[in-house]
Amino acid sequence: MTTVPAEAAAPPAPPSASRPDPEPPRKRRFPWAPLALLTPALIMLVVFIGWPLVQLVVMSFQKFGRAQIFGAPPEFIGIDNYAAVLTDPEFWAVLGRSVALCVVSVVATMLLGVAIAVMMTKLGAVMRTAVSVSLLLAWAMPALTATIVWGWIFDTQYGLVNWVLTQVTGQNWIGHSWLIDPTSFYAVAAIIITWGAIPFVAFSTYAALSQVPDEVLEAASLDGAGGFARFRLIVFPYLRSILLVLLVLQVIWDLRVFAQIYALQSIGGVRAETNTIGVYIYSVSMASGDLGAGGAISVILVVILLAISGYWIRTMLKEES
Amino acid sequence: MTARPRRVVSRVLLNAAAVVVIVASLFPVYWMVNTSLLPASAVRSTTPHWWPDQFTLSNYQEALTDDSLLNALFNSVAVTGITLVVALGFAFLGAIAVSRYRFRTRTSFIIAILVIQMIPAEAMIVSVFRVLDGWYLLNTIIGLSFVYIAFVLPFTIWTLRGFVNGVPADLEEAAMIDGCSRSGAFWRITFPLLAPGLIATGVFAFIQAWNEFVFALVIMTRPESLTLPIWLRAFVQATKATDWAVVMAASTIMAIPVIVFFLIVQHRMTSGLVAGAVKG
Repeated sequence: MTTVPAEAAAPPAPPSASRPDPEPPRKRRFPWAPLALLTPALIMLVVFIGWPLVQLVVMSFQKFGRAQIFGAPPEFIGIDNYAAVLTDPEFWAVLGRSVALCVVSVVATMLLGVAIAVMMTKLGAVMRTAVSVSLLLAWAMPALTATIVWGWIFDTQYGLVNWVLTQVTGQNWIGHSWLIDPTSFYAVAAIIITWGAIPFVAFSTYAALSQVPDEVLEAASLDGAGGFARFRLIVFPYLRSILLVLLVLQVIWDLRVFAQIYALQSIGGVRAETNTIGVYIYSVSMASGDLGAGGAISVILVVILLAISGYWIRTMLKEES
Repeated sequence: MTARPRRVVSRVLLNAAAVVVIVASLFPVYWMVNTSLLPASAVRSTTPHWWPDQFTLSNYQEALTDDSLLNALFNSVAVTGITLVVALGFAFLGAIAVSRYRFRTRTSFIIAILVIQMIPAEAMIVSVFRVLDGWYLLNTIIGLSFVYIAFVLPFTIWTLRGFVNGVPADLEEAAMIDGCSRSGAFWRITFPLLAPGLIATGVFAFIQAWNEFVFALVIMTRPESLTLPIWLRAFVQATKATDWAVVMAASTIMAIPVIVFFLIVQHRMTSGLVAGAVKG
């Protein structure tokens, strides 16, 4: 049964034992009714995800360049695409940059998100509502518009950051470009990604924190446990599984980040030096026209992400049963 | 130090931290709206204008009289509308099947929709592009809508399933004992109770389709078929660092529907993704 704290329990939740199967398995009939209900969704999933997925794997073993886009028959070349990709230093550079950006953003998101959640439990009602509303607005902001606004805040000529730095340090920062140097490009990208991701982590953690029973905390405090010991021994075990799920989701989302990087590059980054894996797939297959190599990189990305998401899938299934 | 002043100090620090969080979260949103309401000359001045002291709507006027933006707006509304209606309908049927019936392939289906949710769109652009190309669906509203429907279905089925589970089958049975037909019981009893779930799920589909970037970038390449996010990105690149005021007006136009809808259903957004974990 779904038990996200009070707020999510909109419809009345039945005790799961009392739900009889409307279609008791007394006769081994073919399940026409559920199959008919699932058919429209199944067709969409098979045609627009399943079939392209098969094509993707096939294509990753083919020589598929511009000539093939215009009708030449593709030729099977075994694992040549994979060999070419895996021996290409640029692929490893892109992967390394993606992982580094992901690690920095995820660590910052998780630390700040959990800190904000703990802070919210200690705030008065008015302040807590104000924090919630602000976080919600940040959360609702589309990633693309958020990126563009941050791009404007970090603008070379009229950006707020350069103005503030000029006022504070007394040196002239006007004209300093934040996006031309790859390191500071990634710093800006990490700020944008973290800013957009914190609300989800903070709200989920806050919801989990409110599940920790007060009596247990009181009992521990009577037994002489200090604040830190209470957090480590009682609160943390309650949080552990949600934090793991959040961690997995953040890693997946940050590893495949696309819109933010692509838009920042349009505002003023050097594309070749700032590609992450998602943008790299786009530039290899769409801009350079090598769909075979792009397919191989895509398959590698799918495998990596599915391996990471195994934990999340298992947790969700546990809830289902 | 005695306990009391220490508590006062920590209270002050706590509230100061809260203020920092509020400002950091709100400022970019505020700055977008603020800039969009200022004339270009004020935006390009050496000192920032902290509030719209030279209030003007000319940026919005400029943006909304631009044919390419109106065209992109139309494409986005069309794609989002189709995705929303079709995905919601299909997901509703699927959720009923998964929640109200026990059949042998049910678990496999649930695993499949969970796995599909984790397949990154970025990895599918190559083959989706090729498949749509083969069916002459590139640069068409219907082609992009089909892709969006397929990619939002797993999450919408999953979320709606939770809501259907929440309506006890006993209620339907009671109605049937009182003389309702099976479908009558469903439409009169269960369906009204599912309305909040349908709204929440629909908003999710809306936000996904409205914000989606990478498929639209690959599939809608002709100038007349761009969607709003793709148009906005191209517009930023074209006017780079010259017309931030109009860029911010266009960004506000894109962000406002999302923010409004998001606030309507915000309290249900977390539950679908982490429901199993909170229970521990």
